[in-house]
Amino acid sequence: MATTADTFQAHHDDAHHDADHKPGFFARWFMSTNHKDIGTLYLIFAIMAGVIGGAVSGIMRMELQEPGIQYLGWWVEFLGGGASDFDKAGHMWNVLITAHGLIMVFFMVMPAMIGGFGNWFVPLMIGAPDMAFPRMNNVSFWLTVAGFLSLMFSAFVPGGTGNGAGTGWTVYAPLSTSGSVGPAVDFAIFSLHLAGAGSILGATNFITTILNMRAPGMTLHKMPLFVWSLLVTAFLLLLALPVLAAAITMLLTDRNFGTTFFDPAGGGDPVLYQHLFWFFGHPEVYIMILPGFGIVSQIVATFSRKPVFGYLGMAYAMVAIGVIGFVVWAHHMYTVGLDVNTKMYFTAATMVIAVPTGVKIFSWIATMWGGSLEFKSPLVWALGFIFLFTVGGVTGVVLANGGIDDNLHDTYYVVAHFHYVLSMGAVFAIFAGFYYWFPKMSGRWHSELLSHVHFWLFFIGVNVVFFPMHFLGMNGMSRRIPDYTPAFTYWNEIASNGYWIIVASMVVFFANIGWALVAGKRAAGNYWGAGATTLEWSLTSPPPFHQFETLPVIEDHHSHHDHIGGRPEKQGARPAAH
Amino acid sequence: MAGATNHQYHILPPDIWPFTGSLSALTFTTGMVMYMHDLAGAFLVLGLGIAGLIATFFSWFSNIVKEAQAGHHTPVVQLHMRYGMILFIASEVMFFVGWFWAWFDFALFPSELTDVIGGIWPPAAIEAVIDPFSLPLLNTLILLCSGTTLTWAHHSLIHGDRESATTGLWLTIALGVVFTAIQVYEYAHAPFAFGQNTYSSAFYMATGFHGFHVLVGTIFLIVCLRRLYLGHFTPRQHFGFEAAAWYWHFVDVVWLFLFVTIYVWGGWGAAIH
Repeated sequence: MATTADTFQAHHDDAHHDADHKPGFFARWFMSTNHKDIGTLYLIFAIMAGVIGGAVSGIMRMELQEPGIQYLGWWVEFLGGGASDFDKAGHMWNVLITAHGLIMVFFMVMPAMIGGFGNWFVPLMIGAPDMAFPRMNNVSFWLTVAGFLSLMFSAFVPGGTGNGAGTGWTVYAPLSTSGSVGPAVDFAIFSLHLAGAGSILGATNFITTILNMRAPGMTLHKMPLFVWSLLVTAFLLLLALPVLAAAITMLLTDRNFGTTFFDPAGGGDPVLYQHLFWFFGHPEVYIMILPGFGIVSQIVATFSRKPVFGYLGMAYAMVAIGVIGFVVWAHHMYTVGLDVNTKMYFTAATMVIAVPTGVKIFSWIATMWGGSLEFKSPLVWALGFIFLFTVGGVTGVVLANGGIDDNLHDTYYVVAHFHYVLSMGAVFAIFAGFYYWFPKMSGRWHSELLSHVHFWLFFIGVNVVFFPMHFLGMNGMSRRIPDYTPAFTYWNEIASNGYWIIVASMVVFFANIGWALVAGKRAAGNYWGAGATTLEWSLTSPPPFHQFETLPVIEDHHSHHDHIGGRPEKQGARPAAH
Repeated sequence: MAGATNHQYHILPPDIWPFTGSLSALTFTTGMVMYMHDLAGAFLVLGLGIAGLIATFFSWFSNIVKEAQAGHHTPVVQLHMRYGMILFIASEVMFFVGWFWAWFDFALFPSELTDVIGGIWPPAAIEAVIDPFSLPLLNTLILLCSGTTLTWAHHSLIHGDRESATTGLWLTIALGVVFTAIQVYEYAHAPFAFGQNTYSSAFYMATGFHGFHVLVGTIFLIVCLRRLYLGHFTPRQHFGFEAAAWYWHFVDVVWLFLFVTIYVWGGWGAAIH
């Protein structure tokens, strides 16, 4: 397996001189048709959006540190909303949770995972010179930026009882229709239209690239799991986002043109909006986590120095998660008055997802079992992912039960659950991928020490913030409310303190990047050594501006005797590149 | 070998239109918000956005045509475009799924909460519906016929008969224009206004988005007609034409679903206008 990377090194050393010719600054970064540059733009954008979204959550944690309304009035006035009162403060809170949710989902996690790592490493891993539609790739990025700007505009124009869109990231009617008459919600809706259009085009691009541009010899069943994860993700985007587009278009016409899709006065039904939204929204949560599965699979295999356990099972587990993800949506709406048979179906269907997810968790553990593990920063983050995502997965099975969810719906238990799978699952996978590939992308080494410090601070911080939320939720604390009874003070105060641990970890993160870019050691082509067998390791770090001008050929490994030993025939039949 | 490109893929130079197009899209949506809230300067911003979008689409697709003429569309690049078009149509199908979902929700479970609907379908507020077997049936036949003429054009193209291909395409475009004209007439004379209840909301939005797609498809076909005259299409390579044809057939199929579920089934039992 290790031979895959070495085989092609020679070709690419030849090709560097001419392949490395880069356009000037404006052409390179504003007119890019290069998958690596567009990937870099996406990563920088995601980091910036993440800082803004993270700062918003800081305001939220400060407000929740003790009962009563502390800071919201100040923020109303600071953002130009005039003299604050109770209603405006409450609206401010809604605006904050909406901004945090939308920014983190659409402008941090998705751009980082799909736009950033997907753009960078799908072509590299399948041995392709670029994406199938390099120009469309760029419009995907700039539409995402346009969407973000539209969301930013919304913060400064009237929404409900004050400036900004205060609808929650789900934009439920009637709060988003008759409840928020100002233009802010229209800006937020168009933000989703713009970003969604970019994502649909991106999905088209990824599917076409993966199906058509794999290097000669790389069959689908030899494709790295990260590429598999992006393929499934892209299909989810392609089929789920248009339904959201239809739903939010109905919101727009209900708001502005007198239709009554969600208005009972004209026979409409707000629950219809919830169905349409979650038909998109549930696949969306897998869109956010599947690329993370792919990243973790690459990392676990690399640092265990063996192929991932049960490769085909891992690939088809993601396919299964993607397919089932389309038929479980109503578990987000158990309390809207679904009949008991419907709840039974959605409970059962939701729990089925635990099966392929379990396949993945156990296969990662089986991969590490008996491996010669190297606890480098990417593996540490990947282990953090596996542990914390499993916690979130287990509370997910709890919430899957329609009967239990009647009690836990809209409590902090749900907030704890989805932050364990997202701000620990997805975000740990992003950091794992970042430390795994940063030297490949930049050509420079980050500090392993700082990466570990970052990990431990972040690990402790997120657990201090989110673990107490389980207790708060079980005790009945409602989400999306800035005030609470003093009985909840103890755990809220602890959770708010955890936020500052996360801030400290982010300082370490930025120090680490800064240090790497200024003084980091030069990284070799395959700096992780024998365990790293996918094609990006056959290139220099950073790779040439245009790579694979002669396509690599994936050999059939029947003739190779693998260093892992065992039965050569059986080993050789395994995928070469996962 | 150094620097030589030994593959069939199309590596593109930097291009400004993705940036311009996104900026125009943001300008357009901002203009829409301003228009919907009666803000001063709305039409200026909206106009700028639309102009930018038209310029972007025009230049972008012109560039694709030029690249095709320059021979950049190797067999594998054509395959990319086939995949891209199929996937784009798949996403369009899901967009219409949203509108049909709303329609079926309203039609199968008519609201009993308001007298506007009164628990019946078509709703109490809809005094009369459009006779499905009048103009809508005519439109169905027109679209089916246009599918036939388009296939005629395609087969003529494959057999190198450019004259017949031109005739078939002209007929298809004409039928598309007639369809749109009839749809406009139908809207103007419909017995119910836009909005105010679920029937007319879902009716106009679903058929309206279909109509918009017919318009886009017609423009696509007109571009193909122009390219046909310019001799861009060969019997072996004419993917631009095929993409337009796929899109046209997709729009046709959506209409068949609209006709059956909205015009015929969805209006069943109501007074006919």
